[in-house]
Amino acid sequence: MRREAPRTVADYAPLAFPALMLIVFFVVPFSIMIAVSFFKRNPAGFYTPDFVFDNYARFLTPFFGGVLGFSLMLAILVAICCVVIAFPFTFLLTKCSRRVQTVWLVCLLSVLSLSEVIIGFSWSTLFSRTAGITNLLVAIGLMSEPQALLPSFGAVLTGMVYQAMPYTILVLYPALVRLDPTLLEAARTLGASPVRAFFNVVTPALRNTLVATLIMVFVFALGSYLLPQILGRPSHWTLSVLITDQAIYQSNMPFAAAMAVFLVLISLALVGLTLLVGRKESAA
Amino acid sequence: MTEFSKVGVTRRTMLKAGIATAGLLAMPAVLRAQDKSLKVGVYGGYFKKSFDEHIFPEFTKATGIAVESIAEPTGEAWLVQLEQAAKAGQAPADVSMMSQTSTLKGQATELWTPIDTSRIKNSGDLLERFVNKYPDGRVAGIGAVAWFITLVTNTNVYKEAPTSWDALWDPANKDKLGLLALASNSFLLEVTAKTFMGGTNALDTEEGLLKAFDKLAEVKPNVRLWYRDEAQFEQALKSGEIPMGQYYHDVTGLAAADGQPVRSTFPKEGGIQDSGNWVISRASKKADEAHVFMDYMCQPSIQGLMSRKVGTAPTLKKEVLDLTPEEFAAVSSEIDPIIPRYDLYTTKADWINQKWTELIVG
Repeated sequence: MRREAPRTVADYAPLAFPALMLIVFFVVPFSIMIAVSFFKRNPAGFYTPDFVFDNYARFLTPFFGGVLGFSLMLAILVAICCVVIAFPFTFLLTKCSRRVQTVWLVCLLSVLSLSEVIIGFSWSTLFSRTAGITNLLVAIGLMSEPQALLPSFGAVLTGMVYQAMPYTILVLYPALVRLDPTLLEAARTLGASPVRAFFNVVTPALRNTLVATLIMVFVFALGSYLLPQILGRPSHWTLSVLITDQAIYQSNMPFAAAMAVFLVLISLALVGLTLLVGRKESAA
Repeated sequence: MTEFSKVGVTRRTMLKAGIATAGLLAMPAVLRAQDKSLKVGVYGGYFKKSFDEHIFPEFTKATGIAVESIAEPTGEAWLVQLEQAAKAGQAPADVSMMSQTSTLKGQATELWTPIDTSRIKNSGDLLERFVNKYPDGRVAGIGAVAWFITLVTNTNVYKEAPTSWDALWDPANKDKLGLLALASNSFLLEVTAKTFMGGTNALDTEEGLLKAFDKLAEVKPNVRLWYRDEAQFEQALKSGEIPMGQYYHDVTGLAAADGQPVRSTFPKEGGIQDSGNWVISRASKKADEAHVFMDYMCQPSIQGLMSRKVGTAPTLKKEVLDLTPEEFAAVSSEIDPIIPRYDLYTTKADWINQKWTELIVG
């Protein structure tokens, strides 16, 4: 079958529906949010339409800068951990038999059916002193008494990596399945060990996929709101937690909107920077 | 047609259904009962379940007004939703249970239909603090339910019940406390003021507030969990993972009655008494039914029923109630309560919130 470029208006018609959805459910709400971020806050009530920069000014303090920095750092760390674990795993998975692959993929998909709440509470039980995994370590004599592993940064990171892992694998899987097997065979014929072939041939060949996956997990983790609360101390709360506090508990919509706009802009900038660096490298 | 015959709808059954419908239409009493209805917003979860089970059916029986209960999210989310809906002329609920701070905030935009207390027989018996008024004296909301936040402990870990809120400051309790995460729902500034500064009036000035913040900062090393979600703390309290903290007196009492190793103590400075009002959204067209509802809810017998079945503290004077001393002790206490300074959370909301967030996050 030959592909033809669309010529008439009718040829573009299939695009109309997704475009409409995008406008109604993304462009319009996002524009409203930007507008609200400039509104004037009334502490005793809600807000009045206006054009003020107070909300942004309040955000530009070392305190919120610190929270923003922590959120970005956490999201980047989650993305790196996920890709470092998921990439070799998915590569090995594609080498398995069809049957084994199906079982693994079904299990991973079933993890997606768990809500963030269930994941959070499960990990908080696993990390608790009274019922957690340290009791097992005590039972086999590795520890003298059970310990609480939460609230801690490690607990937050574990929970978030667990939550993002299925997505990471499912994004990497198609690219790895389609990877030309002759590349690896050639590397092996030329004398490379399997590990060396993986790092020197497979990894560079899938560089774009890896960058795309990193970005996806980063964006996914940036919005995390519940896990930092359940598994972390207040110093591990992300900007999303503070945004929710403002929007839900303080009904300070303008400030919440300003923070959200800031978060979106910073993450867009980071994503753009990553892509830019990637392009320069491939040009060189 | 084949589809029809599969589910077994024949012409005969259609006819029967038609006759039944006609019969229904001929019964005006039934229709009227359906006509008179009221959407009531109550806090989702335990409150909604108890009200649906024990209170609303009695109300419908007594007045013929059907109640559709709506689960409200806690916090100010419901206020925001009501406000947005009212702007569009909609009322997601006619009557809502609303926190004191939210009631005050709703006043600022005239969100509440003023209540005519002459249509509420027992309005004179309401404790003064449970009548919420607009600045010009119109009544914006009246006490619906009240509850206490007290000092709770796990009985396996603490053999002796603590007697004062100052236990929160005790260095021996390092990393053992679970406290509510927001200034406006934990009321810990008020607790600090009552325990160490001679009363909540100490919070009148900015210096007083700053002093309270400084004192409160000393609690931080003792806190293991700052919770927004009750389930988070309740489970940890029962298991002894987090053996002390602030929590709801009624729910703790229920858990103890279930055999859980928990206890709720009214400290000598008093428990924190928080409460919710009944308010009518200005977009509601059912103000008449809403008044009937409030009148019903303010009867001493219904207040007693709520205390026994839902576990809330009554909003009426103790003298008019039919509660036995034991029943009263299960939901309330004779110790003078700590009444939150709701005014602070509207007039100085952002300042307090900012200081508070910096205190616990920083």
